Amino acid sequence: MRRFAGFVIKEFYHIFRDYRTLLILFGMPAVQLLLFGYVITNEIKDARIAILDPSKDEVTRRITEKILSSGYFILEKNLSSYNEIGPAFREGKTTLVLVFGKNFAEKLGREGKADIQILGDASDPNTANILVNYASGIINNYLISINIEQVPLKIIPEVRMQYNPELKGVYMFVPGIMAMLLMLISALMTSLSITREKELGTMELLLVSPLRPIQIIVGKVIPYVALAFIDACIILGMGKFVFGVPIQGSIILLLAESILYISVALSLGILISSITSSQQVAMTLSLVALMLPTILLSGFIFPIENMPWILQWFCQIMPPKYFIIIIKSIMLKGNGLTYIWKETGILVLFTLAFILLSVKKFKIRLA
Amino acid sequence: MEDPSIKVSNISHSYGNVKALDDISFGVSRGELFGFIGPDGAGKTTLFHILATLLLPEKGTASVEGLDVVKDFKKIRKILGYMPGRFSLYMDLSVEENLWFYATIFGTTVEENYDQIREIYSQIEPFRKRRAGKLSGGMKQKLALCCALIHKPAILFLDEPTTGVDAVSRMEFWEMLRRLKESNITILVSTPYMDEASLCDRVALIQDGKIMKISTPAEVVSEYPNELWSVESKDIYRLLQDLQVYPGVKSVHAFGHAAHLACEKEALPANLLREYLACKGHEEIGISRIQPNIEDCFMELMINK
Repeated sequence: MRRFAGFVIKEFYHIFRDYRTLLILFGMPAVQLLLFGYVITNEIKDARIAILDPSKDEVTRRITEKILSSGYFILEKNLSSYNEIGPAFREGKTTLVLVFGKNFAEKLGREGKADIQILGDASDPNTANILVNYASGIINNYLISINIEQVPLKIIPEVRMQYNPELKGVYMFVPGIMAMLLMLISALMTSLSITREKELGTMELLLVSPLRPIQIIVGKVIPYVALAFIDACIILGMGKFVFGVPIQGSIILLLAESILYISVALSLGILISSITSSQQVAMTLSLVALMLPTILLSGFIFPIENMPWILQWFCQIMPPKYFIIIIKSIMLKGNGLTYIWKETGILVLFTLAFILLSVKKFKIRLA
Repeated sequence: MEDPSIKVSNISHSYGNVKALDDISFGVSRGELFGFIGPDGAGKTTLFHILATLLLPEKGTASVEGLDVVKDFKKIRKILGYMPGRFSLYMDLSVEENLWFYATIFGTTVEENYDQIREIYSQIEPFRKRRAGKLSGGMKQKLALCCALIHKPAILFLDEPTTGVDAVSRMEFWEMLRRLKESNITILVSTPYMDEASLCDRVALIQDGKIMKISTPAEVVSEYPNELWSVESKDIYRLLQDLQVYPGVKSVHAFGHAAHLACEKEALPANLLREYLACKGHEEIGISRIQPNIEDCFMELMINK
């Protein structure tokens, strides 16, 4: 036991001596969260809009007002003819053009319908799509409001977005970043620290020493469990206090699940290091084999349901996927273990499988 | 040899098509300082890995203190002090932390076995707070030796302990090994430096995975079959070429600033050689009869293999 304790203390020396890595370890979650939270966002504010309004009557003015006061749009310029639409887009600032038909109010009053055209700058298709939706939504709302007195029968769906009423992107990024960072720190750092010993030749002496393989493995893992756990707390804390992401469910359950996920990632890191012998290979393997799938195939950014079936099948073996489901469920819906026991069980299975494999693969000799 | 400390029988090992060790057998008695002398790539490290239980031999058997390197590897690891070729120190830990760590994982403490390392450790103790990465080559070597000795091993394997270390430290190091021997530890040491061979009790000259000779250094030298001359001149490169073609010469090697010339006994009158070299335009010619050293013997063995 004293041997083992000595080994763990040595690992902590390594970590604290390498303060550059330490800085990255603790700085990264904060920076990533701020980046994802503020920079990469699907919500669009203050889009530049140009309006071509040949009617200039009360209705078109009211619609224009509604759109400009929504907070999503800023008036870039008023256009006076169709020919100006092209140049307005080409200048690059305008992302949306609104064209009213002639005699708008009069036509609406007489025929019960009027023409309005929304043109989006689809050189950026996502933004264009969102802006067009915003604009048509505003117009529809307006039409409903003036129709209320005229049409007696109608169905007005009242939409409520459950668990994230404001559709905030951060609600999605906090769990995603947590899954990504914990995987990165745990898997990358352990695989590096084991392969470093192989590269330096110190592994030779560790092997010759009476330390058992399991002691070496667990000794390597413990410090990183602690570090990754601190990171998890930083992410959750920032999510709650900076971005206002709620934690509806039990915080203890949430932290326990985090530790479980950290164990999955760590055992994966050990597995990587037991099949590689250089830091470079371990790093590449961790980054390529873990980071990209974690971002792309975990449902963090891209919905799994839309993928080709072969990728969907592949997603099922991504541990981050289950962790993201678990934390979203606890944080946003306030669910307890009864709702997420299946995902939890899968993570436990992953951990056991990886550890078993690595202990089996761990070489008590050099070749 | 009765009850040898190390016994190696017919060990062979290869990496792919490269034969690192080819049917090697030898024994080392308890308390002996045994040297493995050979150039890089001769198979020294492979042999050490097998004896340190880090590598399974393809063929043959080996035992350390009566324990089989394959079956009893756990027991061997307890009585073994091993200093790998790259020193195996943690560069970001200080001198005393390295020592503390190796003491701890071998289940002992620095205080308990301080006697074992006192003499060596006292030389680096003034730097005990310094990181191992900031030590000179000689100090790293001493620290690595301390780390290998801290658990009082019965047997010590030193794989090229003097590589990359200055000449003074090398001599000091061998002095330490001589003194360690007094506490009856069996020491197996490998080195590419031929001049260190004379400091061992016995040496094995190894080349391309084969042992060419096992003997005491004095015997190795006394069995040298040729007459040996040291020849000097201003232009050593041309000198080597000119000597090569001189009649009666068996071999010529550059040795520092001089050429070592081997020939049959009594075959070379020095004055004739001097005339020949003068004709060839050499200046500051020096010719003297010398006693062979281990390197000369090694070269001779390589040629006759």
